[in-house]
Amino acid sequence: MKSSTGIPLFSLDAESVAYQDTVALKNITLQIDRGEKVALVGPSGAGKSTLLRTLYESVAGQPSFVHQHYSLVPQLSAFHNIYIGRLDRYPTTYNLLNLIKPQRKALQEIVHILHLLGMDEKTFDKAGALSGGQQQRVAVARAIYRGEDILLADEPVSSVDPHQAGTVMELIMQNAETVVVSLHAVEFALKFAQRMVGLRDGEVQFDLPAGEVTQMMLTELYRNEKTL
Amino acid sequence: MLRTSLIFVAIALIALLLADLEISTLHPWTELSRLAWGAITPDVPALWGCKSALLNTVVFAVCGTFLGVVLGIGLAFVFRFRPVRLFCAFIRAIHEIFWAFIFLPIVGLNSTCGVLAIAIPYAGIFAKVYAEIIQESDRGPLEGVPRASDRLSRFVYGVLPTIYADTKHYTGYRFECALRSSAILGFIGLPTLGFHLETAFREGLYSEAWALLYAFYILIASLNYWLKPRLVLLYVAASFVLLSKTITVLWENIVRFFTYDILPWPMRREGVHDGTNAVSYVWESIPIWAHEIFVQEAWEGIGNTVVLTQIVLVGTGVFALLSFPFACRHFSGKIINRISHYALIVIRTTPEYILAYILVQLWGPSMLPAVWAILLHNGAILGFLTSNNADLVSLRVDAPQRRIDRYLYEILPRVYGQFLAFLFYRWEVIMRESAILGILGIYTLGFYIESAISDDQIDKVVLLILTTAILNMGIDSVSQFVRRRLKISTKLVTSS
Repeated sequence: MKSSTGIPLFSLDAESVAYQDTVALKNITLQIDRGEKVALVGPSGAGKSTLLRTLYESVAGQPSFVHQHYSLVPQLSAFHNIYIGRLDRYPTTYNLLNLIKPQRKALQEIVHILHLLGMDEKTFDKAGALSGGQQQRVAVARAIYRGEDILLADEPVSSVDPHQAGTVMELIMQNAETVVVSLHAVEFALKFAQRMVGLRDGEVQFDLPAGEVTQMMLTELYRNEKTL
Repeated sequence: MLRTSLIFVAIALIALLLADLEISTLHPWTELSRLAWGAITPDVPALWGCKSALLNTVVFAVCGTFLGVVLGIGLAFVFRFRPVRLFCAFIRAIHEIFWAFIFLPIVGLNSTCGVLAIAIPYAGIFAKVYAEIIQESDRGPLEGVPRASDRLSRFVYGVLPTIYADTKHYTGYRFECALRSSAILGFIGLPTLGFHLETAFREGLYSEAWALLYAFYILIASLNYWLKPRLVLLYVAASFVLLSKTITVLWENIVRFFTYDILPWPMRREGVHDGTNAVSYVWESIPIWAHEIFVQEAWEGIGNTVVLTQIVLVGTGVFALLSFPFACRHFSGKIINRISHYALIVIRTTPEYILAYILVQLWGPSMLPAVWAILLHNGAILGFLTSNNADLVSLRVDAPQRRIDRYLYEILPRVYGQFLAFLFYRWEVIMRESAILGILGIYTLGFYIESAISDDQIDKVVLLILTTAILNMGIDSVSQFVRRRLKISTKLVTSS
């Protein structure tokens, strides 16, 4: 696994974001370098999604992105939903052709990704007919198929079955040079990320290498949060 | 909502006092019994002689709908611009038959006229409904589409799949309407079903008339079996091939129409009298010309159109509210449900123009046949939709047992908002129909437009049709205002 290269990709300087009356992010200063694998952790409503959004907007080009609510087209097949990830790389005519008849090259690549996610037999199932966990894996597949150097993912395993979540996380981490992923479940962050950023009420509580985060910090971060 | 409803009922009652509702035929009941006899003795062999009219009915509807869809899609993409919205409201405010009157002097009484008469107003309707469907579509999926993708790919992958089902459903419903439009265009002389229907009724050949009506019902009822998405292009291609044999467009007619025929009479008068057909630019006499038309005909036509519209609007609502319980699972048993369902479908399938024509034959020309014709057609549509909505309500186990209690306390409050929204949606439709039925001798705007057509006064025709369109657009915006104020909306779009 490559680690930080010291070349800054994202840098936020005292960034604040507000929606109508509620402040979502307060004075965030954050730098993420090329090659880093970062996990954003914190309770619901801490501002993780907003921070990912802000990071997404702050760079040129369009990083791969796994949306929290998947953003799939329910009427299209898993294959076509994943293909959408590269819609901007191909000419219109090829896109149209592929909609009518799946093109061989795209099909091979996409079936391969679906295979890694344990879903290759669902290739031509409509996204709307899949279970929540399966839809989420399709959303992950779309980001992987897009194949940008930067991958941002918003709670990408929240609905995936526990026994598959590890595989999915591994694929996410391996398939991009720089990864920023928000996670509600801390154990995945500890296991897969090199660096952890703890968010609470729109503020950074800690920003440390994963190995240096202590149980006490986490307890403090999640205090008052209802446990399941 | 209750107060608004009562205001409209009060307006309708006043309108009833102003309306001419007498039965002027001498033996209405003898005629009715002959008509009923025709219904049970349809002259099926006579259909063979009308086969080309049946084919034309379908061909006009296919070509008209297709052109309407193509133009409508184009307009839907620029619908956010106000001038486009106004333009669409204007072209759909004019009834198919009035469009046919406009195209008559330009292209003649032929297929081109029939297809354009359907295509133009339908383009305005499609543009509006498609734009609404796109606007209300789920935007979530589009989030996942890379922003740098070209616009067409973004649309085809991110929007089209989400709106496809609604769009297909609505377009199919509109095609059914186009078959009705196509059929009634025959009443003004185009070679469709209505042409033979008019002849049969006029000559009292009720068995033949019923055979034609039955053929039309079968055509509509069988739509599910032959109107398949994969076959549509085939139908369109075949229809245009059939049509291409008869297409005639004379450029000089078009030029003549726009540069001479539609000029107000005072500008042409001298030229006509001295035989040179020269145009004189006597601007000062144009307001006088318009004023005369308004005083002599338009005001009376507008008044009667509004009176008829307001009576029918409330009548439609009452009919729907009384009829829907019969088709609703909460009020009646399965057998009654089924029968009522089909009855409502049959009534709504019959074009209001044909209903009115039949009733005028029975009762003579007054507002009475017009009221019943428009009311039955629209009431059946509304009753059908309301019963479907009421069926979606799941009642609690301990719901009131007596049907009247259940109706007033459980079902009606739940469906009334949507019902009212649908009714107001149909307000402009009702007005368009009220105006058109003037052709049958009722003194609404259509009467004066038809007389002007007979006298070959194109300038007057255009002025009166413009008046009708503006009146309709006015009603459309009042309807929108009322719906917005009452905060009622209908999610289903199949109503307009």
